[in-house]
Amino acid sequence: MGVSETYARGRRLAGEQPFAIVVGLVAVWLVWFLVEGLVTGRIRVSNVLSYAWDGLLRGLIVGLAGIGLSMTYSILNFANFSHGDYITSGAFSGWAVTYLLAGLGEANIGSLLLVGAGGSVFGGALGIGITTSPLAVVVGMLIAGAASIGLALFIDRFVYKPIRDESGIALLITSVGVAFALRYIIVFVFGTDVRGTTSAGEVPRVSFYLIDGSFRINAHDITLLVVAVGLMLGVHLLLQTTKLGKAMRAMSDNEDLARITGIPTEQVIRATWIVGGGLTGIAGYMFVLWKGTLGFNDGWLLLLLVFAAVILGGIGSIYGAIAGGIVIGLTASMSVIWIPSEFGRAAAFFVMIVILLFKPQGIFSGRTTA
Amino acid sequence: MTETTLYDRFERVIDTDPKLVVAVLAVIYLAYIASGVAFGYSLRGQLNSLANLTFYIGVFGMLALALNLHWGYTGLFNIGIVGFMGIGVYVTAILAKPPVAQGGAAQVGGFGLPLGIAVIGGVFMAAFFGLLVGLPALRLRADYLAIVTIAFSEIVRFTMMSRTFQEFTVPDTVLGYDLAADTVGLGGGGGLILNYASPLEALLHALYLWEPYLGFVSFVQANLIANNPRPVVDGVVYGLLLLAVCGLYYWLLTWTGESPFGRVLKAIREDEDVANALGKDTNRFKLKSFVLGCALMGFGGILWYAGRGSITPPSFRPNITFFVWIALIIGGAGSNTGSFLGGAVFAALLYEGPRYIKNLIEVAFNLGDGPGNFGQAMAALGSLDPVPFVLYTLNSISELRLVIMGVVLIWLMHNRPEGMLGHRKETAASIDLSRPGGAKSDAAAADGGDQQ
Amino acid sequence: MSEADESAGEPSIPIEDTDEMSTVPLEVENLRKTFGGITAVDDVSFEVEKGSLTGLIGPNGAGKSTTFNLITGMHDPDSGTVRFNGEEITGLAPHEIANRGLARTFQIARELEEMTVLENMMLAPKGQIGETLWRSVTPGVRSDVQRQETQHLERVWEVLDFFEIDHLAEEYAGNLSGGQRKLLEMARALLTDPDMLLLDEPFAGVNPSLEKRLLEHVHELREQGYTFLIVEHDMDLIMENCERVIVMHQGRVLKDGTPAEVKQSEEVIEAYLGGEV
Ligand SMILES: Nc1ncnc2c1ncn2[C@@H]1O[C@H](COP(=O)(O)OP(=O)(O)OP(=O)(O)O)[C@@H](O)[C@H]1O
Ligand SMILES: [Mg+2]
Repeated sequence: MGVSETYARGRRLAGEQPFAIVVGLVAVWLVWFLVEGLVTGRIRVSNVLSYAWDGLLRGLIVGLAGIGLSMTYSILNFANFSHGDYITSGAFSGWAVTYLLAGLGEANIGSLLLVGAGGSVFGGALGIGITTSPLAVVVGMLIAGAASIGLALFIDRFVYKPIRDESGIALLITSVGVAFALRYIIVFVFGTDVRGTTSAGEVPRVSFYLIDGSFRINAHDITLLVVAVGLMLGVHLLLQTTKLGKAMRAMSDNEDLARITGIPTEQVIRATWIVGGGLTGIAGYMFVLWKGTLGFNDGWLLLLLVFAAVILGGIGSIYGAIAGGIVIGLTASMSVIWIPSEFGRAAAFFVMIVILLFKPQGIFSGRTTA
Repeated sequence: MTETTLYDRFERVIDTDPKLVVAVLAVIYLAYIASGVAFGYSLRGQLNSLANLTFYIGVFGMLALALNLHWGYTGLFNIGIVGFMGIGVYVTAILAKPPVAQGGAAQVGGFGLPLGIAVIGGVFMAAFFGLLVGLPALRLRADYLAIVTIAFSEIVRFTMMSRTFQEFTVPDTVLGYDLAADTVGLGGGGGLILNYASPLEALLHALYLWEPYLGFVSFVQANLIANNPRPVVDGVVYGLLLLAVCGLYYWLLTWTGESPFGRVLKAIREDEDVANALGKDTNRFKLKSFVLGCALMGFGGILWYAGRGSITPPSFRPNITFFVWIALIIGGAGSNTGSFLGGAVFAALLYEGPRYIKNLIEVAFNLGDGPGNFGQAMAALGSLDPVPFVLYTLNSISELRLVIMGVVLIWLMHNRPEGMLGHRKETAASIDLSRPGGAKSDAAAADGGDQQ
Repeated sequence: MSEADESAGEPSIPIEDTDEMSTVPLEVENLRKTFGGITAVDDVSFEVEKGSLTGLIGPNGAGKSTTFNLITGMHDPDSGTVRFNGEEITGLAPHEIANRGLARTFQIARELEEMTVLENMMLAPKGQIGETLWRSVTPGVRSDVQRQETQHLERVWEVLDFFEIDHLAEEYAGNLSGGQRKLLEMARALLTDPDMLLLDEPFAGVNPSLEKRLLEHVHELREQGYTFLIVEHDMDLIMENCERVIVMHQGRVLKDGTPAEVKQSEEVIEAYLGGEV
């Protein structure tokens, strides 16, 4: 230890050290900017709180979708670029059913099943919302999960399984093909338009007055919070208490070893797609309920944030994915305090890149593997 | 024995590859000419269609060659191609656009530099950003590098779209120089209008070929196309120019690959630690390869977009990156000939082809107008009338194209990951490596056996 | 940049003269490396003399390969120093160490699979001007590159002949057998013009007759002035061929002496008989 260690490290880290210093300085500046802004009243406390709330909810969606990505990344050993389009597929399937249930009798079935493609029906007009049409929403959400599970299993059977033994890169490239095929099948069926899905005006909400402005929470925020936290707890119990969970953890640690010790790997892989796919589909559905619009690019645009979350949390760690999702969501939403709002997502990507460069094993790694 | 070996090599490198390229291109062009005849195109229509085809063969050929340097030679998984293309063309546009006073009210201006200098600037910036990304990121695992590069290309696109960078006011003088520009910027969501002389015109002026070119155009007008032949001739000549640039890329990258430099790249692709243990500073090699490839991608982007009326951010979505990757995988990563052919086949069959097939079907069967959405198509199908569904499918061909591409990519990865030319032995050396003087004879026995 | 040596027709590999002929090219002092909880190398010190053939032995997991990795810069030591030809090389990057004349082979042969044997070999020579990109692609200058490649090629074929793998020259390295790969790795390492070679189990998986031939090569090369440090599990082989043996056990140097001394050492006998083997 001591001198020669510093010497050895110093030589190799010489190039990185300035980066670390820059990152530190940036952090100091960020804090100073916020504190100064709050003190002088340039930044409103209520706004900061609104951003944080928004970021937390966005983060829950990213984290929920991230669990599946993280599990497949570690168990099947590849970065699945079609994961974003599983999100979109789940959302469209679920919303088709929600439209159908909410609008039965009010519009023709075709338009409803196509989620109002081409402006034929509007979600607002159907009065869709958790309070106005709870059954349609709950059933739609479940269908979203089921559809994503079916899709994930189908694609795994016909696309990934035949090349299971190829390198992670070959699988990655294949998954890009899956992503584009799925995305444009969705376009073929549902069209390219971004539609409004909920009747925004009818969603009940409460407003608090907080020091210097108001702060709102609506019913869909709460729905998302309840569903996401509930599912996350469910996954936690599944992994900690069932045999399946143990097998999954063993496989994400070392697939070969798991195979030798007699864990039926294909079965575990199927279970992984079921759990991951279900959460992903529901995440897609809840995302649309929460933001009130649906378009064919939603999942793709979310995908890089999901990757960011998974990498941040350490690939293979489910708690990491959740925590990473929240950090990424907060970054994307709260960054508008410091930078123009167009760069919220860019800021999240930037955080991901910095993590990849300096701590590619993730910031929560080394604790739990589940 | 060595004579046959030498001859084999000669045939493989000098003879067979060009033959193959010419043969593939001939088939493609004949198919397009034949479909043009089927459409009853006039000469003008034929030339337009061929010029368009050539344009896409050119740009995809170029980009696939550049990507081959990254992935095929060095094993660098870059899926941020479109970001480097965008940087190249945006910088070119900003440098070449006339100052705002000349450009009309709503638009931001540029520096009004000659197009040639602007292009150099664009390529340089693409290379510079390659350096910026590569310097920290090239030591990452392949899948992490993929995520970093695609995130980078999206950040580039967000920047193009952002209001923040839409417009800047340029100071009157910078370090004593009086700059022509008043305001410059990326134009935000509306993009930039490219109100400068067309690249072809600028190039011909620079080569003192402008007058002969105009003469040629009037010749065409007098003899072949009476009515406004300029756009047609421009298109054809620009297409040929792109093919010539492809030739330059091919030559540059073949010399790069067939050299001690290329050999180190190949070694890095195979096992970086070994290259290191043999005394190669692999980080430097990777960086050089990455920066060169990014510069070539930037130039590809410029040649693709700088001749258009305008550029807008949606053109620079990751779709193009995906196109280039398919082109490379069709052709086979690792081979320059394969890369170019992959670009050509991709452009002809997957990129442009579906539209032609749609047109052919429409010409062959007069089917009328299609339904507005999938629901109507399905409803008709339910009542046993397939025509609306077929029409809807045909009208959605530009979206279905991407589905086909995705499926083709999956099929290739399942059945032919080494590309259409199969496994090719392209030796990474500037000279023939067979035994000098050819003293021993048993060397040749292993030589002939395993080539495809 | 040194040009490739132009040697006479017969297969021999001349070594480059070094000015300061240090008699102790490699000195390792108090080297230590831990991985998580395991101390793989624990306070290891030894020296290797010029022109010698030194054996490094020890049970599985004794830390031999890790020691190699520390010497050649593949891993950074936690503490300790490595000196080569009188110069401290601790913490240098692997390529910097290789370029100072310290070549290595890997325990599991790491050939470059999708490259031919010839390409593998052509990679090795130092000071290749064509490794600078602009030289390789500038018309005119490229002919200099080709001239130098032609010189290297001659040497490559000599070495291929020397190792009797010339009939495999055009084969992909990935298609070679285990023993052939070991030969290729050694041949490639030699082509870097090293002063010293670290060979990690060069004879593992090599059939006995090939092993004999390889050993003859090693002795031949040693007489030409190369220095060898060899990791090997075959005790008899080490005892017969090495003039000095270093025994490692659980990350430490247990014994350092002549084969006779090592054979009689109680600790060594205990380590081997009481230990894992
Ligand atoms: N990269 C690494 N990460 C973690 N542990 C390592 C690493 N490399 C080596 N070790 C550990 O260090 C110890 C020494 O390993 P090393 O490979 O040096 O042994 P060795 O003497 O070469 O054994 P063998 O004769 O089996 O090749 C072992 O316990 C091994 O598990
Ligand atoms: Mg070992």
